[in-house]
Amino acid sequence: MSALRTGLLGKKLGMTQVFTEQGDLRSVTAIHAGGCVVIGKRTVEKDGYTAVRLGYGEKPLRLANRPEKGVFAPNGLAPQRFVREVRVTEKDLEKYEVGKAVPLDALFKPGTYVDVIGTSKGKGYQGVMKLHHMPGFRATHGTHEFFRHGGSIGCRLTPGRVHRGKRMSAHMGCDRRTVQNLTLLQILPEENVLLVGGSVPGAKNAFVEIRNATKKTGAVKLRGTGEQQEKSKNPMKASKAAAGAAKAPKK
Amino acid sequence: MSDVSPTMAAIEARQLRKKPLPDFRVGDTVKVYVLIKEGEKERSQVFEGVVMKKHHAGVRASFAVRKVSYGVGVERVFPLHTPRIDRIEVVAKGRVRRARLYYLRDLAGKAARIREQE
Repeated sequence: MSALRTGLLGKKLGMTQVFTEQGDLRSVTAIHAGGCVVIGKRTVEKDGYTAVRLGYGEKPLRLANRPEKGVFAPNGLAPQRFVREVRVTEKDLEKYEVGKAVPLDALFKPGTYVDVIGTSKGKGYQGVMKLHHMPGFRATHGTHEFFRHGGSIGCRLTPGRVHRGKRMSAHMGCDRRTVQNLTLLQILPEENVLLVGGSVPGAKNAFVEIRNATKKTGAVKLRGTGEQQEKSKNPMKASKAAAGAAKAPKK
Repeated sequence: MSDVSPTMAAIEARQLRKKPLPDFRVGDTVKVYVLIKEGEKERSQVFEGVVMKKHHAGVRASFAVRKVSYGVGVERVFPLHTPRIDRIEVVAKGRVRRARLYYLRDLAGKAARIREQE
């Protein structure tokens, strides 16, 4: 596991589906990650750690405030809407050049795992059934205006209060969420688009952060790839497979 | 640096089928040549039946073919743009008055026939 990961900023474009080389249909989220520029660097000497500051999504100069102009203008950059830091190793830090865009394929390879961080869609103020998956209440036997309630919220005089952390209705969504171990299926270099298997938090056109996966490294095993694919681990089936293999040459 | 983000349509267009399939409609009897992998070799297998429905949705378009195999009804839904379909042959044009031929499921034998288009 690499302690420090590379990452990029991008925008969720939407979901679609693609065919893999094996002809399988996979649902994917398209993330636009082109034009991600290096705004600055964090170094051990100055900041005590190493990271790159990345920016994504240009905005007009009139929308930038003075501190922002101070950050972007010296590097000859347009102000960016989405600015995040990504931790990198000291060695990797040299590869980044302030004021330059980060190429997609230099960081990511198709067929590897990535984590995607985004802000989930806001759901508003939600009850306990939707928010905490509580079962609600029975529909009959005299239940009156209590169908979607969570039941009792505590005891009596002892302890005389509601326990801290009691799950109740609250605002839902609009939270920073990380989805781990998504498959990076394809990179479209012309469009600067990453096709990531599965869904990603947030609405369309929402900003997301894409990182190399922390927990899963190495190549993704897709169906129909790799040599061990055909063999079953079940010993009963293995013997059958061996019998089939013995028969095969006769054909 | 001002990089205009591409539309979903542009991304989906890459997935579309390169070689177009012949025009077939709901009610037609078709032969679908499906590529299947057997070990190293690839061969095509024919699935012949009546087109029961077509779902028009860009890259997500699909169609369903129904046949009766050894007395058992078999329906198969194919993504229209899958590379696994080698080609399609239209065997017969059928005259139907529905877009979705779900009623075929309740019919068998002679009643499940579809009138051919003149």
